[in-house]
Amino acid sequence: MSDDFVLKTEDLTKHYGGVHALEGANFELRKGEHVAIMGDNGAGKSTFVRQITGVEQRTRGKVWLYNEDVHFAGPLEAREHGVETVFQTLALADDLDVPDNLFLGRERTFADWLGPFRLLDYKSMRQSTIDALNRTGVKIPNIRNTIRNMSGGQRQCVAIARTATFHSKLTIMDEPTAALGVQETAQVENIIRTLKEEGEPLILISHNMRQVMDLVDRIVVFRRGRICANLKKEETNGEDVVAYITGAKTQPEYEEVA
Amino acid sequence: MADTSQGTGGLTFDKSKRSWPNELNILLALVIIIVIFEIIGQTAPYMRGQSFLFDTRDRFDSIFNEARLQIIILQVAIIGIIALGVTQVIITAGIDLSSGPLVAATAMIAMSFAQTELVNGNPNPKAIFGLWAMDLPVIVPVVVGVAFGAVIGAVNGTFVAFLRIPPFIATLGMFLICRGIALWWSNGQPVSFPTESYKFIGSGMMPVVWFVILATIFQLIMSFTVYGKHTYAIGSNEEAARMSGINVKRHKVLVYMIASMLAAFAGVVLSSKGATAQAGMGEFYELFAIAMAVIGGISLTGGRGSIIGTVLGAMVIGVIRSGFTYVKLDGSYQLMAMGGIIIAAVVLDQYRQRNKA
Repeated sequence: MSDDFVLKTEDLTKHYGGVHALEGANFELRKGEHVAIMGDNGAGKSTFVRQITGVEQRTRGKVWLYNEDVHFAGPLEAREHGVETVFQTLALADDLDVPDNLFLGRERTFADWLGPFRLLDYKSMRQSTIDALNRTGVKIPNIRNTIRNMSGGQRQCVAIARTATFHSKLTIMDEPTAALGVQETAQVENIIRTLKEEGEPLILISHNMRQVMDLVDRIVVFRRGRICANLKKEETNGEDVVAYITGAKTQPEYEEVA
Repeated sequence: MADTSQGTGGLTFDKSKRSWPNELNILLALVIIIVIFEIIGQTAPYMRGQSFLFDTRDRFDSIFNEARLQIIILQVAIIGIIALGVTQVIITAGIDLSSGPLVAATAMIAMSFAQTELVNGNPNPKAIFGLWAMDLPVIVPVVVGVAFGAVIGAVNGTFVAFLRIPPFIATLGMFLICRGIALWWSNGQPVSFPTESYKFIGSGMMPVVWFVILATIFQLIMSFTVYGKHTYAIGSNEEAARMSGINVKRHKVLVYMIASMLAAFAGVVLSSKGATAQAGMGEFYELFAIAMAVIGGISLTGGRGSIIGTVLGAMVIGVIRSGFTYVKLDGSYQLMAMGGIIIAAVVLDQYRQRNKA
């Protein structure tokens, strides 16, 4: 196996009882690559992500993260291995401010001998927060504001900045702009471009064709639980992708499975 | 963005932009209540121009009426100690109803290890144990009492966190169990005649000293330690806290343990103050502790509030109780008025929060 794989899955399959939600997915993500996953509702996109991030346990198949055969028991373990997921429902604590949320569960501390009462290094966390937000181009007027007082776009930006702060090995975004307005969407897209410049690998689930064509290198199309196309952005266009999504076309190499 | 006041300007870290702290509102309310009582005292004919806070006759020391100030603080100090723990539990979106009976049970148990052998030259008539438990160093009853609280808190926390019993039900059960323990311990008999050193714990203004020390410690803990941050995070969004790698269950057990240890210590102070322990002690303490926290701006849905707020909430209750007595309001009316004020405090706070958000 080549060294530059971030994520590789082989025959990844998930059955819910008799329902074959995901069947034999072979997927690759190389270093620095941004890949979009597209497909109709129920095509298996989210199921695929849930198997990788350990939210659910797969029926069969293998997952390698940086050539390491992994089998995460839960999302927490995936996170410890550097897989950061930005969910549609944001995992943010509303009553805490931005640095608190960025460092939640991995606070910088001193006087560690105090155990659970070890002291928080606010200064360093604030500085790192400002650095991370600057790096990702996120603009938040006052990072000491609680999340409760922020707009949907700002919240999404905080959630994404969290993945950038910790230099995650793989970022997965599940429809990050589905609930956002035009300006806020542009803000999130800018962050994704910044991640690309920084060479951080990304899997983006999106229904937004313009967004996908703008942002990613490659598009993987799911249909009825199977991958039916693997398209380089330069070699395809919107109509082509829609044809694959709806089932009008299937790539030859996926012919026998579809 | 719809909210233009936030702008889209550069990244700032500006302390002055922080929102108006909730605690200042409570302080304001406290001042207003004092002024109201002062006005009633000066104007109501039957009061004959008495002053609520000031002492005009005694010009030798300060102008304040120290005796009343002392009583105001002293009568809320012990319940205030309980409220410090209840505050932390409520911040995790929980509730602790067991603290009142826990005060009684701890008072009985701790006092049993604090008894003195000879009372006026005669053997202690209320002795629970044999001679081995007489005249022990003061640290023994205190440690036994607080350790008992820790066990009760651990059980509360385990039921809430691991067995997912709603906190209201789990601590309601513990409420009855603790009252039962208090009655069973000496078959309903009071436990009395402690050592001189045990009496010192709750003597004079000592309850206030404990309250101030513990409030300071826990305010610092809630603001500057991982424990505090995780407590707020769990109450704010438990799922997010879990996803962030916080051991939510273990942390909840710790919070309930600390709350019960504080209530147990309040039991020690109370029994020391009265030099006796009775199974009926601490009645309604859990409710007054919750009321202090709620007046202090704590949200029962979790994530919001502070120890300073609870201390101010305790002061509000103290001032109101003392003030009602001062304006010669009958005890039955006092209870009704107090209930109305607690509800009004929550209504006002919710109204303010809605307008802010």
